[in-house]
Amino acid sequence: MTTINRGDFVRLGSMFAGSLVLGVGASGCANQSHGAPAGSVSPETAGFKPNAWLIVHPDEKVTIFVNKSEMGQGVATGMPTIVADELDIPMANVIMQFAPAAAAYVDPGFHLQITGGSTSTASMWMPLRTAGASARAMLVAAAAKQWGVDPSTLSTKDGTVIDAKNNRTASYGSLVTAAASIPAPAKPTLKTPDQFTLIGKVNKRIDTPLKVNGTAKYGIDVRVPGMKFASVLYPPVFGAKVTSFDATKAKQVKGVIDVVQIPSGIAVVADNSWAAFQGKVALTVQYDNGPFANQSTETLKTRYLELARTGAGAIPALSRGSKSVSGKRLEATYFGNLAAHAAMEPMNATASVTHDGVEIWAPTQVQTLAQASAAKIAGVPVNKVQIHTTYLGGGFGRRLYTDFTNDAVWVSKAIKAPVQVIWQREDDTQHDWYKPMGANSVSGVLDDRGNLVAMQHTVVMDSIYQGLGFPLPPSGLDSVSMDSVVNSQYGIPNFHAYYINPKSGVPPGSLRAPGANWNNFVMESFIDELAHAAGKDPLEFRLALLQKYPHSANVLRTVAKNASWGSPAAGTKQGIAFGFWNGTAAATVAEVSMNGNTPRVHRAFVVADVGRAVNPTIVRQQLEGATNYGLSMALASIITIKNGAVQQHNFYDYLVMRIDQAPEVHADIIESGGSPTGIGEIATVTIAPAVANAVFAINGKRARVLPFTQAYG
Amino acid sequence: MVSLTINGEKHDLDIPDEMPLLWAIRDVVGLTGTKFGCGVAQCGCCTVHLDDAAVRSCVTPVSAAVGKSITTIEALGTAEQPHALQQAWIAEEVPQCGYCQSGQLMAISGLLKTNPHPTDADLASSITNICRCGTYGRIRKAVAQATGGGQPS
Repeated sequence: MTTINRGDFVRLGSMFAGSLVLGVGASGCANQSHGAPAGSVSPETAGFKPNAWLIVHPDEKVTIFVNKSEMGQGVATGMPTIVADELDIPMANVIMQFAPAAAAYVDPGFHLQITGGSTSTASMWMPLRTAGASARAMLVAAAAKQWGVDPSTLSTKDGTVIDAKNNRTASYGSLVTAAASIPAPAKPTLKTPDQFTLIGKVNKRIDTPLKVNGTAKYGIDVRVPGMKFASVLYPPVFGAKVTSFDATKAKQVKGVIDVVQIPSGIAVVADNSWAAFQGKVALTVQYDNGPFANQSTETLKTRYLELARTGAGAIPALSRGSKSVSGKRLEATYFGNLAAHAAMEPMNATASVTHDGVEIWAPTQVQTLAQASAAKIAGVPVNKVQIHTTYLGGGFGRRLYTDFTNDAVWVSKAIKAPVQVIWQREDDTQHDWYKPMGANSVSGVLDDRGNLVAMQHTVVMDSIYQGLGFPLPPSGLDSVSMDSVVNSQYGIPNFHAYYINPKSGVPPGSLRAPGANWNNFVMESFIDELAHAAGKDPLEFRLALLQKYPHSANVLRTVAKNASWGSPAAGTKQGIAFGFWNGTAAATVAEVSMNGNTPRVHRAFVVADVGRAVNPTIVRQQLEGATNYGLSMALASIITIKNGAVQQHNFYDYLVMRIDQAPEVHADIIESGGSPTGIGEIATVTIAPAVANAVFAINGKRARVLPFTQAYG
Repeated sequence: MVSLTINGEKHDLDIPDEMPLLWAIRDVVGLTGTKFGCGVAQCGCCTVHLDDAAVRSCVTPVSAAVGKSITTIEALGTAEQPHALQQAWIAEEVPQCGYCQSGQLMAISGLLKTNPHPTDADLASSITNICRCGTYGRIRKAVAQATGGGQPS
């Protein structure tokens, strides 16, 4: 169930183990100074604090700490729901509070405080249930002690301990003092699923009201007394260095206060963001562009395709069965272009570096790394760096990097004042950690009955894992960049896969379902090619390969039923695709027509088996949103390189979906039981191949390149 | 000195005439509900109302807002009486990350002033705000719920 990338993260986590045991006291950090609330309400620290995850207050409210970043995927609702259910309180009593960066809040799998890989709910499921159940047991024990009865005779409901036999009750708030002296139970009793009152039943989000009236606070909204605004001019070419600069004119811009050089570029400090932007325009900078200045999309693509063809430097990634299987052989080469995250909130962070340490307010997905990096820059111990996590205006993996938090720390250190460093959209587009290029060489062999009996799959892709700052194993194999190939569920008896790391020089990024968002397009398109070559129905062809995974087969059958597979709406054709990512199987059927050279997706049916849905509405939101994100990227989003620099600037040339292109998305959830699995990314990987397969059904054109603008011309 | 009336409140600001209204609202006045997304009128995160018209404040110089009534998301509705769209956004659970939703709400509430019952096709032709979370389907449903689904009442 757990994928290879998860294990890799566990290994990398040990690198940071030294810093993790430090970390700041949770209670101190929860008290937010500087008027920059990270959560929805001002923090209240008085009360019964049985563990790091919650505080029961005398007024019956319960603060629940969320150690994951809320970037739209719903953790700010889902995680408190899990605690509240085991604690037996109503959602109305919950005060959500983003946790500070501290050892108590690291992810048990990653050993880092990090939000990624669609792992939050799955990995925190048991720790949060245990935290809630433990607190509940202590409150019950406190009441039992007061009343002189056996705790087993008591029950709880809606934040109240009930002694039914003696017809009396005690609210949790009334027990906070008494409960403080009760030892935590060694192994608290968890509810059985039939006892859940909130899990699977709550369908509202606690952040929605804040997000419709402008009060939700994102990184860009942080205001600290005395803070300045700054923006950085970065060298356009990857790997380039500033050799000299002239800030005379920049300093003449009204509102500009200072210009400082930091490792990433030249920062203009001003009393408002716009003045800082104007100051950047007025800078004159000389660069040493370095070797990457000779590179372009064409030079890179040529090299990638050559590597895919020759297999030079290929690292074995999967070796199953024979390499020489006879039968009807198909071969194809696929090429995926670079893409950017383009989260709506541009990168930004606010930092205050003082003699006492560093305080950071940021929309980050990686608190532990931001903290460690800030400590290094400021020259202070890690426990002198406080991180306040704000709401994130989209993440999609972009905020797993510390470049934007580092900028703020550098500038604050230089100007000795609090500062918000804000990226312009052009900076965000041109200095991303990109979905890497991919060149995949695939072949398949069908036996005389049309069964897929062998596959060979070579992936040429920069190492996403290295891009995150983590070392590869000695073999050099990056299983993240090989995702959806090495962990394919398809029962192909002879399957050989290889990885080639081209080390292109483009910053390789973790973008929603990294690796899989390209490799699954190749797998599912090529499976469709093979199904047609075998003369078989693409659904039946897949089902035959999933006999060992009945849950996955069920997902495919369900989506086929929901979409009336084989009976598309008038004027459309259907395409189908399957995907499995970090524990969750999903499948999509797209109903498509062509509008000139552009696929028009009318309806997309998506089904995922999430094991158990904590909040079914949020799960559906994620399936809908990931479908649109994947479709948006496939339709027209492309980053190209010329003379070593990104050619796109803003949303007028980096094209993303607007409402006119958005299909009707019909999302359906299967709950096969057990624990929840991840849901934030999986639907990204099934929509593009489903659309491409539908286009093939329409006009016989096979998209072997993304985005579609490059495939259908 | 530039005099702006934002959500009924007058502000005399020492800012250049050409400063985009967005930054006057966010960085000078300090109302942060209006968001920065692109700076070039592409994404609509910064949408506010100038009198009755929805405008992209990132490319609207403050000089163009003098003498007009500026409305931001903070005053689209009140806690006691949220705008019908805000109620529908909550009922349909539209937002995910939520960052673009101030602009979506201001753009669509602006549209309603001239087209009180927009169809999905009207939204497709009139609303160009970008949502990277892909909440478009829920936006359609919420607008329909708030306005009667494109049918004149």
